[in-house]
Amino acid sequence: MGGNFDNAGEVSSNIKTVLKQIGLPKDVIRKAALVAYESEINIVSYARKGMIRLRVVPESIMIEAIDEGQGIPDIEQAMQPGFSTANQKIREMGFGAGMGLCNIKSFSDVFHISSEVGKGTHLRMIIRASSAVLNS
Amino acid sequence: MDLESIVKALNLKVRSGEDKLKAEIRGGYTGDLLSDVMANSKEGDVWITRQVHQNIVAVASLKEHAGIILVHGNEPAKDTLEKAVKGGVPIMVSDLPGFEVIGRLYALMSKTG
Ligand SMILES: Nc1ncnc2c1ncn2[C@@H]1O[C@H](COP(=O)(O)OP(=O)(O)OP(=O)(O)O)[C@@H](O)[C@H]1O
Ligand SMILES: [Mg+2]
Repeated sequence: MGGNFDNAGEVSSNIKTVLKQIGLPKDVIRKAALVAYESEINIVSYARKGMIRLRVVPESIMIEAIDEGQGIPDIEQAMQPGFSTANQKIREMGFGAGMGLCNIKSFSDVFHISSEVGKGTHLRMIIRASSAVLNS
Repeated sequence: MDLESIVKALNLKVRSGEDKLKAEIRGGYTGDLLSDVMANSKEGDVWITRQVHQNIVAVASLKEHAGIILVHGNEPAKDTLEKAVKGGVPIMVSDLPGFEVIGRLYALMSKTG
C-alpha cells in the first residue's frame, strides 16, 4: 500500500459502502469516511505498508490505522495544524497541508495515536453512533 | 440550480458524468488542499479546483459532491478521467482563471438560489 497513490481512497470508499449498507446515519458515515481517508493517505504517504481496520458495534464505529514504517518522532508536533514533512511529489497531488491528523482528531469522538520511530504508527478512532441513531 | 445550467452559463466543457448534470447543486467549495476540502466541503457542493490528480475523484465521491470544475484550462489527468467516468463523477473544465469562475458562479447561485 505504501507509496501507491493510484488506489488511494479505495479503502475509505469501501468502508463508506459498508456503513451505508448497515444504514448508519449520514453524519456518522461522513465522519468515518473522513477519518478513514486521511488515515489511508498518511499510510500511503509515509509508511511502507499498513491496514485500516473497521469495527462496528451498535453504539459506535471503531477505525484503526496500523502501519509499518518510519513512525512519528514527535507526535505533538505532527498533530499541529500546518506541520508537514510531505515531499514535493505528495504536495503536487494536493496533500501536505498538515491538516490530516487534526481533522481526524476533530471528526472522532475518541482519538488515540501511538508511534515508534522506525517501527510504525497506530491510530485508533471511535465515532459514536448511538445518539445519532436515536435522533434520526 | 443544477449542473446543466452552470455548464451553459459558464460555457464549461464536460469531461465526464454527462448523465449526472441534472444533479441539484447545494453550494460550492474552493480549494486545492485535499484535507481542507475533505474537512470543509459539503455534500452536493460543486468543487472548484486546479488539482487534476486522480485523488480528486476519490475526494469528490467520498464527499458526494455534485461535481468538480477544473479552472484555468486544466484538464483531468488520464487516470483521473478514467476513474471519473467509472465512478460517474462529473468533471467540467473552464478556461477562465479560478477567481473569475468562482465570481460568476457565486453571482449566478445567489441570484437563483
Ligand atoms: N502514518 C504515519 N507515519 C509516519 N509519519 C506520519 C504518519 N502520519 C503522519 N505522519 C507525519 O505527521 C505529519 C502530519 O500529518 P498530517 O496528516 O496531519 O498532515 P500531512 O499528511 O502532512 O498533510 P495533509 O494530511 O493535510 O495532506 C506528516 O507530514 C508526517 O510527517
Ligand atoms: Mg495527512
